[in-house]
Amino acid sequence: MRRTTMALALAAILFSSLNFPVCAQDASEKEIERYRAMISDPLSNPGFLAVDRGEILWSEKRGTKNVSLEGCDLGLGAGKLEGAFARMPRFFADSGKVMDLEQRLLWCMQNIQGLDTKDVIARRFSGPGKASDMEDLVAFIANKSSGMKIDVPLKHPKEQEMAAVGEALFYRRGGVMDFSCATCHADEGKRIRLQGLPNLSKPGKQPQETMGTWPTYRVSQGALRTMQHRLWDCYRQQRWPIPEYGSDSITALTVFLQTQATGGEITVPSIKR
Amino acid sequence: MRTTSKFAALILSAGVIATQPFAAYAQTATKKADPALVDAYLKATFGKAPPEWQARIEPDDTLKTCNLHRNDVPSAEADKIVKRELAKVVFPADGKLLGDWKQGQKIANNGRGGQFSDDAKTENGGNCYACHQMEKAEVSFGTLGPSLTSYGKDRKFDPAEAKNAFIKIYDSQAVLACSNMPRFGANKVLSEKQIMDLVAFLFDPESPINK
Ligand code: HEC
Ligand code: HEC
Repeated sequence: MRRTTMALALAAILFSSLNFPVCAQDASEKEIERYRAMISDPLSNPGFLAVDRGEILWSEKRGTKNVSLEGCDLGLGAGKLEGAFARMPRFFADSGKVMDLEQRLLWCMQNIQGLDTKDVIARRFSGPGKASDMEDLVAFIANKSSGMKIDVPLKHPKEQEMAAVGEALFYRRGGVMDFSCATCHADEGKRIRLQGLPNLSKPGKQPQETMGTWPTYRVSQGALRTMQHRLWDCYRQQRWPIPEYGSDSITALTVFLQTQATGGEITVPSIKR
Repeated sequence: MRTTSKFAALILSAGVIATQPFAAYAQTATKKADPALVDAYLKATFGKAPPEWQARIEPDDTLKTCNLHRNDVPSAEADKIVKRELAKVVFPADGKLLGDWKQGQKIANNGRGGQFSDDAKTENGGNCYACHQMEKAEVSFGTLGPSLTSYGKDRKFDPAEAKNAFIKIYDSQAVLACSNMPRFGANKVLSEKQIMDLVAFLFDPESPINK
């Protein structure tokens, strides 16, 4: 029974990623919507196992101060999770920085829990036999914004700076192939080999549907992945050097992408190819 | 601010309707970032990479212009780029441009090389299928570039056209300023021999591209 649901869901993902975004215009749209609803069923999406693990980690006492992360302020007040992810990245006065969820969690681990984050960073992306606290925590926290709309604040000058730098980085070409994000994500209905490429260069439906579905359970990788991982992988395809985890360019790009996606509904963790 | 009419003019002058991004949709919601600030962000993110990797993302004069105009370069700048890039093209000493199409077929299919997940000994591929349709039998092709099916046959196997293709693959911007296609020879991704093999893949009458 569960297997069939899963197989159907997988077929739907393959179907939608192959045809996206051409399909978005035709009659199959309704069908895809139906599959999407099914995909977010906790029983058929292994991403929800990460949500459960993240919930435990969130309240676990750790670090030299032996406290949980519940004292961590994600922008809406200490320990307040509902809707926090929908409004990130954002400026945090205590650190003086614009941070995405992953940067913020690292900051809270260090400053609230007194946790040495070296090991957490080493396990930032899960692998065989290697769980990732970050992936699990992000899945749990992001899920608390499911059903809400992307709405990043762009009031603080640092937030505006991030959006502007993110946009510049999106168009910045380089590497042995002269690629930028725009090479692959600035045109309608294009694909690389058979993989459909969302156009993220203008605000609207495509960035909304893209950003509203991360973090996601990647079937091809058998793991829950965050935006940090997605952009790390895109920079790999771009033939650029390895981007530092939780660093400012990645956050700037995320601010830019979230801004393009304003108003998009969050349904996470989703499940993708 | 780019306008539709300017975009139309660009299409007419460059003849690349299917390949230029729809500039009219360009995002201008945010203020342009100061280039020095962008560099500081890049340093924070890529500053720990080995020096040779950092050198790769240092834009040369051509990319600086392309980045500034987001590829939609004014014609005077475009002329400068084409001239500069054409000077980089080195032709085979014996004048022979067609190599082995069977090798070319493999190079076109190979997308490896140049990624941080590749080891240094990985032989670079051309990854042409990421962006182009080539042989009709290969259904897994991307659409960032135009279809190259029957490329040589459509050009009557004209040696002058084969020479143009050599130039295009060696340095795409020697033909079209700020082309999205990589500059394979100029950036030392592909060797002279590999480029000749690709020209043969496009222009050999026996090549499946022309069947
Ligand atoms: C050489 C090609 C290439 C480049 C350059 C590239 N990407 Fe991607 N991108 C892809 C591919 C392929 C996918 C995956 C599509 C799929 O799996 O269906 C993708 C997926 C994405 C996604 C998730 C899409 C989704 O539907 O979930 C985002 C967001 C993204 N890219 C952003 C970026 C950004 C930002 C940059 C620049 C730092 C970038 N990409 C550079 C090829 C590229
Ligand atoms: C990232 C995308 C990309 C890759 C990879 C790529 N190309 Fe292109 N190519 C383009 C685009 C876009 C154009 C059209 C614009 C232009 O002429 O520059 C083009 C144009 C061409 C043309 C000229 C077509 C005409 O109009 O006559 C040839 C020939 C060509 N490519 C061959 C190749 C070969 C061979 C490879 C692999 C070694 C390759 N390309 C890899 C994007 C790409």
